[in-house]
Amino acid sequence: MSEKSKTPLFRLVKRVKGDMMSPRKALAIRVASVVIALILGSIPIMLTGANPVKAYGVIVVGSLSNAIYLKQTIKIAIPLLVCSLAIAPCFKMKFWNIGAEGQLMFGAICSAFFAINLGGKIPSFFILLIMAIAAALGGAIWGFIPGFFKAKYNTNETLFTLMMNYIAIGMVKWLQGGPWEGRKGTQLVPTFHKSTFLPEVFGVQCGWIIALILVIIVHIYMNYTKHGYEVAVIGDSLNTARYAGMNVGWIMMRTMLLSGALCGIAGFLILAGENHTINSALSGGVGFTAITVSWLSQLNAFVMIGISALLAIISKGSKTLNQRMGVPSSVAEIVSGILLFCMLGCEFFINYKVVFRKKSEKEVAA
Amino acid sequence: MQENCAIELKNIRKTFGFVVANDEINLKINRGEILCLLGENGSGKTTLMNMLSGIYQPDSGEIFKDGEQVAIRSPRDAYGLGIGMIHQHYHLVDVFTAAQNIILGLENEKMDLGAVNDKVKDICDRYGFHVDPKMKVYDMSVSQKQTIEIVKVLYRGAEILILDEPTAVLTPQETDKLFAVLRNMKKDNKAIVLITHKLAEVLDVSDKVAILRKGKYIGTVNTKEATAQSLTDMMVGRAVTLNIDRPVYDNPKDRLEIKGLTVVDNEGINKLTDVSFTARTGEILGVAGIAGSGQKELLEAITGLYPVKSGSIAFLNDDGSRNELVGKTPMQIRQAGVGMGFVPEDRLGMGLVGSMGMTNNMMLRSWRNGRSIFFNKKAPQSLADRVWKDLEVVTPSTEFPVRRMSGGNIQKVLVGREIASSPPVLLTAYAVRGLDINTSYTIYNLLTEQKMNGAAVMYVGEELDVLLQLCDRILVLCGGKVSGIVDARTVTKEQIGLLMTSVEGNTKEAKDE
Ligand SMILES: Nc1ncnc2c1ncn2[C@@H]1O[C@H](COP(=O)(O)OP(=O)(O)OP(=O)(O)O)[C@@H](O)[C@H]1O
Ligand SMILES: [Mg+2]
Repeated sequence: MSEKSKTPLFRLVKRVKGDMMSPRKALAIRVASVVIALILGSIPIMLTGANPVKAYGVIVVGSLSNAIYLKQTIKIAIPLLVCSLAIAPCFKMKFWNIGAEGQLMFGAICSAFFAINLGGKIPSFFILLIMAIAAALGGAIWGFIPGFFKAKYNTNETLFTLMMNYIAIGMVKWLQGGPWEGRKGTQLVPTFHKSTFLPEVFGVQCGWIIALILVIIVHIYMNYTKHGYEVAVIGDSLNTARYAGMNVGWIMMRTMLLSGALCGIAGFLILAGENHTINSALSGGVGFTAITVSWLSQLNAFVMIGISALLAIISKGSKTLNQRMGVPSSVAEIVSGILLFCMLGCEFFINYKVVFRKKSEKEVAA
Repeated sequence: MQENCAIELKNIRKTFGFVVANDEINLKINRGEILCLLGENGSGKTTLMNMLSGIYQPDSGEIFKDGEQVAIRSPRDAYGLGIGMIHQHYHLVDVFTAAQNIILGLENEKMDLGAVNDKVKDICDRYGFHVDPKMKVYDMSVSQKQTIEIVKVLYRGAEILILDEPTAVLTPQETDKLFAVLRNMKKDNKAIVLITHKLAEVLDVSDKVAILRKGKYIGTVNTKEATAQSLTDMMVGRAVTLNIDRPVYDNPKDRLEIKGLTVVDNEGINKLTDVSFTARTGEILGVAGIAGSGQKELLEAITGLYPVKSGSIAFLNDDGSRNELVGKTPMQIRQAGVGMGFVPEDRLGMGLVGSMGMTNNMMLRSWRNGRSIFFNKKAPQSLADRVWKDLEVVTPSTEFPVRRMSGGNIQKVLVGREIASSPPVLLTAYAVRGLDINTSYTIYNLLTEQKMNGAAVMYVGEELDVLLQLCDRILVLCGGKVSGIVDARTVTKEQIGLLMTSVEGNTKEAKDE
């Protein structure tokens, strides 16, 4: 008898096209994974002595229930979404750009330079335009450098882009305490002139419109343009790209230019849309969170909207949670970690199917 | 009789999505016998054997080892049962030595390399291999790597050996050596399963032949009672004719003129030395040579993918003008109006994008067309549909990733694309490697068709019989040098064999010193 049970109880089989799970079922699994995450997440909340149901309520209410909360949530989501969009083409190319943070920061520095020097001197529209262009160029330069070295000398882009983050952040710190410092000893750059503030649409900085337009542009870029095709081919096989006559080095540099430019724009949106000054905490880590968003959305630009919104809700909600129920914000971070884990994990069950040992044959044989 | 049977498969079924790769297969593998597994591309041979080596599990059906039912969940289980498989693609660590690779993954073997070397030597002596345990894998030829893979499974005590198309990458001489080893193993009462598409080999080495067709088991025959024709008919399911047409093109013109071509690899070693020849329209120019004699470099240099040290490659236009190709990138060559089709040796690594479907792969040649920043998908789509239909590619749709197709179908997609534009120059490297008989003949016919359309075709091949039947002239390479250009209609196999090794002997000796 024991011999017979040698067949494993269950095994995993990768799904192929044609055998894909029905969209409805896949959705059900995704919903289930969120539910499981919420259940698991309630454990750390309970440990702090709070009621998890109430806590979740506060997160949702505290991020969406009224206009003020909602606006703040959207503010968090905007740069996250733009950075995720920026990363997508790089990842598609298997170019592991983890330097969105630095590209955002350097873009912000360039943007801030014009905000400080031109603020109030020329009409708001022009100043914003100049700031946006400067941010895009700055980010592009920051992205181009590792792209260039990868293309020419095959340096490791992961380390390179990571290190570039610290350089950019260091530069902001230096500017904060040095040339751009307001009152001596504050280590703060004074708030920019009003003319550098992004106008609001429906009460929120108009960056959300820009972000949504970028979603469409990136989607089209990746799926319907020659550039997008080149990126996809390189991601699959460098030799095939060369065979097809693609200039691989240039395509890498170009993609990093674009990616950096988008990150720079994210920096501009934070700067002109909410922060109105520059400091080393400006990005709040969106450059890193964006990697997760990009990956979770499987590089699909539209899915990124949902994922960034979700993370923004948790982030904003947990601040409210902290204020109202005294739950430490680190607990909220744990909860969002669990949520991300479950969401990444459920993709596995959507792409693989579990096949159980067939009972009937065994019984008949025995 | 009964005790001879090492492995028995009963009603094995395996599906990938809705593709039925194996459908109720029954098969017996006996000790002291070489069993050939024969079938067209995509008939499920590899899949079936992967279930014995623990890579896949059957959806249903039973596997018996020595009469006892077993479950093989992982390659480790397979080793435990004495089953070892040599896959088509080798899984060796380049920077390790032969010995290190052989013991890789064995827990209880401490790094006592002395003992390992002894045991390896023992295995080699027993079956007639040659292995230098201290040699690094990156220094090895394909055949040496294969030997390591075989020793590796023997080292783990395999008594049932499965070889998936081992001869696809070997020269005739190497194949003979491999077969000698297999015969020794057979004498040692091991059970051997050999997958190959070359019927001459099947008839030469096997005792029995099991035939699969479209995932179904057709039957097992004794090799003594079989002929190439009877096996093909069983495999295809209808009578097929096996001969290659070689029509003569009326007024051939010079198309490609190579003069004094020398290329050097990264380490400064000459891969081609002073190569000169002319390829003509309406002609298939065969390129023969031992594997690694510079065939790959020659084709890549012509297409602008391999840097040229000196010499010239000229494309001669119909109006008598010349286009010099040396120093141009593949894109510049195309922009200069020089049409070239190229079927590289490494299909998925160079010619195709594995994760994309047929349509997007067709676009590899045309993606740049037009001024728009958007690509045009209509033309590649209709080309994909045409190739799908004309070449009878087996795939669920033109969006199905080509990586998931069987080897033969992948090759059809590649060849189909390259000949689609009827390029004036068509370069092919091992165009029928791994393809079944029927598909191979389809490819031969397609090449001949291109030739009769006035293309200058270059055919790098390994089977001399085919080269002699298909080509008009044959260029023989040896150690990166041209050792002869002969008329394929009059030359003999022996003469070519001699040319293939004539210079090689000298260079080898020179290298050893
Ligand atoms: N991992 C996979 N996913 C989906 N389909 C697969 C997979 N592996 C094989 N198939 C399909 O199963 C069928 C059998 O494939 P298999 O590789 O066993 O053929 P084969 O007889 O070895 O062919 P060849 O002579 O070309 O190597 C093919 O139709 C193939 O497309
Ligand atoms: Mg196979």
